[in-house]
Amino acid sequence: MDAHISVQNLHVWYGNLAALTAISVDIPRHGITVIMGPSGCGKTTLLKSFNRFLELNDTTRISGTVAVDGHDVYAPGVDVTAVRKRVGLLAQRPTALPMSIFENVAYGMRIHQPHLDKSALAIQVQHYLEVAGLWHEVAQRLDAPATALSIGQQQRLCLARGLAVEPEIILGDEPTSALDPISSRHIEQKLLELKQRYTTVIVTHTLRQAKRLADYVIFMYLGEIVEAGPAQQLFTNPQQERTKEYLAGVF
Amino acid sequence: MQRPTLTRRNLGEMVMKRIMQGALVLVMSTLGLIVWTIISRGLPSLTWEMVSQTPKGGFYMGKGGGVLNAILGSIYIGLGSTMLALIVSLPIALALNTYVQQTRWQERIRLMLDVLWGIPSIVYGAFGFTVMLTFGLRASLLAGIVIVALVILPIMIRAMDEVLRRMPTDLTHAALALGTTRFEVARHVVLRQMLPGLVTAILLAFGRGIGDAASVLFTAGYTDRMPTSLFSPTATLPLAVLFQLSTPFEAVRERGYASAFILTILVLVVSIGARWLSHALSRYTIK
Repeated sequence: MDAHISVQNLHVWYGNLAALTAISVDIPRHGITVIMGPSGCGKTTLLKSFNRFLELNDTTRISGTVAVDGHDVYAPGVDVTAVRKRVGLLAQRPTALPMSIFENVAYGMRIHQPHLDKSALAIQVQHYLEVAGLWHEVAQRLDAPATALSIGQQQRLCLARGLAVEPEIILGDEPTSALDPISSRHIEQKLLELKQRYTTVIVTHTLRQAKRLADYVIFMYLGEIVEAGPAQQLFTNPQQERTKEYLAGVF
Repeated sequence: MQRPTLTRRNLGEMVMKRIMQGALVLVMSTLGLIVWTIISRGLPSLTWEMVSQTPKGGFYMGKGGGVLNAILGSIYIGLGSTMLALIVSLPIALALNTYVQQTRWQERIRLMLDVLWGIPSIVYGAFGFTVMLTFGLRASLLAGIVIVALVILPIMIRAMDEVLRRMPTDLTHAALALGTTRFEVARHVVLRQMLPGLVTAILLAFGRGIGDAASVLFTAGYTDRMPTSLFSPTATLPLAVLFQLSTPFEAVRERGYASAFILTILVLVVSIGARWLSHALSRYTIK
């Protein structure tokens, strides 16, 4: 397997609470990897270790390595903004920035490519809004505040905004949990289209969504990985007792 | 529908509601009374001469002239000190909410600022006076601006701090996830989102600064001449009110109320202007 992200012996503590224990797992390049498990099992913690979001909380302690293309993102001297540029995040609730629709998408490019001229910027913004499937709904009102959009549209705007930074990896922290069924399907559809080009890692607590999206599955319980493997194999022929129970809906 | 019976809980609710309404009425009527006093006693003396001329000889005994020098002086000191305080406050308030990660240190800094807030402005004035004496400086516009800036600094920082604390974490994280630095988040996202609140904080400090008499008494001094230089004594409206009200002449005291009226209008105009501006700039704010 060609591992895009390789986690080695990762431990995470929030204060004295061990959130992740001895996590070692490889996440394949391209395709969708779904991290699933019951609430509080460390799914989101594992996800946020990939873009170094864990350190935003000052009581967090981290040990172990998370390597993207073989380079540990926690190595001393690594520029955290460069890590986050490569590893984009689609949050649980859509959070538009306090700017116009256009500026929301342009913002990341303005930060990372300050010399991009106006017309190139406009072309890029249109491109990413098209990729996120939002262009036709907003083309006439690019100057409107992002909050004028519906929640579902805002989440697609957030997707466009994240893609505009040109990441290699997209993280999704239950990216459809705040959305209505139709908007959820929209986002799922986009993620399926994008998996050819991006390594995508999604956290979800809905088994059905996991089955719809996953190429590869990581099943976690109480801060540890119980089982990880190709979706087909894990869903049809789980090896561990806990995985079987979870799939059967025991907990 | 049955009428609610008079239980202990209902009674408590009713009494509390009356107390709250009473408190509100008390505050509103006090405000109304102040405004009424200023208007009814000041308006008759508020002539064009009052706002367009400097005090002539014998002004404080009822002769002609106006308080233009004090109006200008107050505008200079109010705006100058607000600008100066803003330059220092904004970075401190932002740093307190973006870079200072440890709650322990945040609380220490906040405590220190709250103590500074509580120091009476006459103490700032006396402090400024001592420093000026040491260096052999006389009262000047510049000294007034600096001391008033010191008086309003803790107010502005703490008011901004309380605004910035309400910054939604989700929003900060959304920007950080794009690979921005903390400074970029502060400049592009926090400032934009929190602008209306920050304007209110600045206004609060401005209102306090322009109305303060004690801190400018020794530092800016008082003069009947127009303020022409940063290094000469400068009159201010609060002191103009003080000096006019402390004369035994009825006509001069009336003009004191007129001066207070002018000061109030000045604060009102700046407040409304700034509110309008912040509203105009908050189109993209996430509600």
